[in-house]
Amino acid sequence: MIEFQDASMGYGGGKLFSDVSLDLKPGSFHFLTGPSGAGKTTFLKLCYLELVPTDGRVAIFGQDSRKMSRDDVAVARRRIGVVHQDCRFLDHLPMSENILLPLTVAGRDTAPEMGNLEELLAWVGLSAQADALPPELSGGERQRAALARAVIMAPDVIVADEPTGNVDWDMSLRLLSLLVELNKMGKSVVVATHDMNLIRQAKAQTQTRVLRIRDRTVQQAEVDL
Amino acid sequence: MSLQTIIMGDPRADRVVPPTGFTANLTVFAAAAMAFLAVFAMALSFASGRLADRWESELAQSSTIRISAPADQMVAQTEAALRVLDQTPGVASARVLSEAEQQALLTPWFGPDLPVANLPIPQLIEVIEEGAGYDAEGLRLRLQGEVPGAVLDDHTRWRKPLVAAAERLRTLGVFSIALIAATTGVIITLAAGAALAANAQIIDALRLIGARDVYIARAFVRRFTLRTLIGAAAGTAFAMAAIAVLPPAGGEGGFLTGLGFRGVEWFWPLVVPPLAAFVSFWATRTAALRRLKQVT
Repeated sequence: MIEFQDASMGYGGGKLFSDVSLDLKPGSFHFLTGPSGAGKTTFLKLCYLELVPTDGRVAIFGQDSRKMSRDDVAVARRRIGVVHQDCRFLDHLPMSENILLPLTVAGRDTAPEMGNLEELLAWVGLSAQADALPPELSGGERQRAALARAVIMAPDVIVADEPTGNVDWDMSLRLLSLLVELNKMGKSVVVATHDMNLIRQAKAQTQTRVLRIRDRTVQQAEVDL
Repeated sequence: MSLQTIIMGDPRADRVVPPTGFTANLTVFAAAAMAFLAVFAMALSFASGRLADRWESELAQSSTIRISAPADQMVAQTEAALRVLDQTPGVASARVLSEAEQQALLTPWFGPDLPVANLPIPQLIEVIEEGAGYDAEGLRLRLQGEVPGAVLDDHTRWRKPLVAAAERLRTLGVFSIALIAATTGVIITLAAGAALAANAQIIDALRLIGARDVYIARAFVRRFTLRTLIGAAAGTAFAMAAIAVLPPAGGEGGFLTGLGFRGVEWFWPLVVPPLAAFVSFWATRTAALRRLKQVT
């Protein structure tokens, strides 16, 4: 699904990580850990095509990311739901329209999806906030709304960058349970986090792999590390 | 991105870009002002063209013989000149201007009470040409030999610079229209660039959720094209109204009173709003796609 083959990523002459080879298979659940500045966000950007590797190859759904046209990238991103740390909503649109936005930009009719939207809002616990503007929501509500937007297109992969970074522990557990639920529905999940407690909680609920960026490479790690 | 898409639009796609009232008003105003200037430049160009054509046709087919002779020889020399003209191929007719006609020609300079008969004023003969006209050099030499007081003025020295000036004025009018179109493009490009920069985060977010470049560009292109069309239509209507109420060109109407449109020329300003909209479409689309290339 997302395959790294000797992929390296460099900035300004130095390398964040090099010679990364791994395969994020369908239905897998990966955590990505590492100290701040290690390159977790960069790794995720390679996954959702915001960056291409400086060396090596990253293949998304079988396509080499370097060889994809801008339209190919747009179409591939419709199969990847991304939850950004800063959510990236359109602040002038109500939450319901923000969540439906991936359908809108894909040219799909949103009218038949209204039932799904209501279910989705109930699933993330935001039914009462459907008409609220993004700045009116709390950090946790925004993260849950971002998750709802990420899954509205029924993507194959969910990529989340520090989704619990700005929320309390209870909200972190609630977000985690939503991600685990998605994984059990067959979606691949990649979550960048430095919260080891969150990883332990996830391991108790589903089968996960932990990837750690260290010494300029990405290693499979045990949760106790 | 078809014209139909631009006109019909997609209300949901339009909503992804937040409304920008101030920029919108500036764009409409700039388009209106440019259309107003373009219509005036068009009127100037048409008026210059008409003037050039009139001078060309009126002066090209006529010439004048001026006879300056002592009073006792004036009639004889005039008759001699008429005989020469009668025998000259290419001359359709020759007519001696009456005293009243000569007085009318001098009135603008000396007033209506000028006693022409008491002044040593040359006698003028109006010569009308036919076909390819006469051999001016040959006629000049023959008059020199047979009518010593006659001077042939075939208007060439007047006509050429006047026609050239009018033609140049027409060219300047056309050039002004092109310049106005280019300036409109620049203004719209700057306004679109500002709007794109102001909405950079929205563009980033849209790309990341799978929007294609053409989808994002369309939201901006449609908005700027419609604003320009509305502004240019208003500017054109205002300019046409202003030109319509200009004083009509009378018998002595000079260039200024002839400024405007005649007959089917009135349809030409209607080209300005769609032309402005096309310039806006092209400028915004280019700016948007260039900006989008900087976004991954």
